[in-house]
Amino acid sequence: MSENHVPRPVVASGEIAVRGVSKSYGEAHLAREVVKDCDFTIERGKLTVMIGPSGCGKSTLIRLLAGFEMPDKGSILLDGQPITGPSRDRLVVFQETALFPWLTTWDNILYGPRARGEVTPQTLEFAEFLLNKVGLREFRHKYPTQLSGGMQRRAELARAMINNPQIMILDEPFRGLDAMTKELMWEYYANLYEESGRTNFFVTTDIDEAVFLADRMLIMTNIPTQVRAVIEVDVPRPRRLADMVTSDRANAVKMEALAILHEEAMKSFSRGSKAAADFVEAYARRSAKA
Amino acid sequence: MAARKFDSKALAKGVFSILVFLVLWEIGSRSKQWIALDAFSWLRDMLEAFGFRSKYLPWIGAIPAPSAVLVAWKDVLFDAGYWHSWYMSGARVFGGFIAAMLVGIPFGLALAVSRTVHGIGFPVFELLRPIPPLAWVPASIIFWPTQELSIAFVTFLDAFYTVVINVVGGAKSIDVRFFQAAQSMGSSKADIFRRVILPGTLPSIVVGSAVGMGITWEVVVAAEMISGGGSQVGGTSGGGLGFFIWNSYVGGSYEQIVVGMISIGIAGYISSELLRHFGKYLTPWLRLR
Ligand SMILES: Nc1ncnc2c1ncn2[C@@H]1O[C@H](COP(=O)(O)OP(=O)(O)O)[C@@H](O)[C@H]1O
Ligand SMILES: [Mg+2]
Repeated sequence: MSENHVPRPVVASGEIAVRGVSKSYGEAHLAREVVKDCDFTIERGKLTVMIGPSGCGKSTLIRLLAGFEMPDKGSILLDGQPITGPSRDRLVVFQETALFPWLTTWDNILYGPRARGEVTPQTLEFAEFLLNKVGLREFRHKYPTQLSGGMQRRAELARAMINNPQIMILDEPFRGLDAMTKELMWEYYANLYEESGRTNFFVTTDIDEAVFLADRMLIMTNIPTQVRAVIEVDVPRPRRLADMVTSDRANAVKMEALAILHEEAMKSFSRGSKAAADFVEAYARRSAKA
Repeated sequence: MAARKFDSKALAKGVFSILVFLVLWEIGSRSKQWIALDAFSWLRDMLEAFGFRSKYLPWIGAIPAPSAVLVAWKDVLFDAGYWHSWYMSGARVFGGFIAAMLVGIPFGLALAVSRTVHGIGFPVFELLRPIPPLAWVPASIIFWPTQELSIAFVTFLDAFYTVVINVVGGAKSIDVRFFQAAQSMGSSKADIFRRVILPGTLPSIVVGSAVGMGITWEVVVAAEMISGGGSQVGGTSGGGLGFFIWNSYVGGSYEQIVVGMISIGIAGYISSELLRHFGKYLTPWLRLR
């Protein structure tokens, strides 16, 4: 099959509007507000990256976007329609691998189409294309436990993309991979995104990952989380890691983001949060390295 | 190749340990003393010094030696009645076991996925479960029209509990991310049941059935003994291996008691092995760990 032939049905990308959303866990006086009056837009056809400290409430927001949970207050709209539950419009790639251990790579990728009874010759062709694209052709008959961490993440990307969701949601998908695999994954993923032009929402705590991938960056406050700042990362695509390191614009964005993250951390630090202290330390180390 | 080499080593070790066991048994039995060798007489003296009288202690010398057992075995080997005992016990075990799977797996799954079924079924289940299966024997004999059915029922019972507990536990321990992933890929409820809950529970079903099979053998033998093996089918040999042992005891053929015991050991081992292979075949993804 030729590389530039993409047997993909065209699907309209979606746009998500989060309006005044709050979410708490726990009862009464034990209640803890995790998301508070949160407002942002995940723009159509763009890759929006959300960055914020660990435990600030990013995964909680993702569960709301996916429709696994409902907000206590406010609304989430996909192309103007309120979200009422999970749907293949909004596919989630999780923080830890959620490949079905009882299915081979190939069967995992085809899970969605089979579940919906939509397997056509085109689907199989597209599955084949994606399998090649994520470099797992030799591993089609392997089970997830036989794949390395990086391969599992790539299989999962393919499994999500075959469903042609209007929006792809990724929750720290490359966390826990070693540095080299991670950088490879960024290029893989950026490439998949650039070819598809689909709306993507990507959550991370890694500033380099955020700057490399993002069209728009949402910088979050600590818990209860809100959007603290939005930065447009107007670095041309396709991007290559080598170019990003030397790009002045990319470095400027990174500095700007770090300054805000640092300020945010200091704020919670002065309120005496242990998490914030760790956060300051982690980001201080990162900026020193940059 | 490496794996095969390891296997033959393990096999050699296994054979060796069985041989050692048989030799010790032979010596112990021939010594006609309560503990195998005179070399252990200090142990006997010590125990007696602490007030244990040897007449209260087990007497290995009373047990027939492996050589005598072998002779007894040779005698029954061509006896159709002996093999009929195997057949009867085997049929009861597999009957009870298969019934336990057929009823237990759907019931366990229903308990796991439906709140209503759980609310209605689980309290009763939990109330009946602590009753040991052998306590059911008298009631079962009264309740079921034939002896055969009452043995089958008791055999079924404990395997059923084990299977249900394993299925419920297995289904409940499926990671919520698998459900979320399936939902977000457009799986319907029925589809999630078939393609997530079933395969996700399969490893627990396999484990549960292996345990259930072991229990079935334990129970069937005891049930055969208690019920006197008086099945109308096939006279004394219709009583199965449990009754074979009991009958040998009553008839004073101690060698045959041991033959019966070893036969049950072999039968249990064969059924577990069959089940293990079938389980591996059903859950190929677990073989790779
Ligand atoms: N289901 C829940 N019940 C109670 N607390 C929760 C729940 N989910 C998340 N939290 C709390 O919300 C906070 C944010 O969690 P999370 O959204 O996972 O953060 P992040 O993904 O940014 O690391 C954590 O402090 C966590 O304890
Ligand atoms: Mg998270």
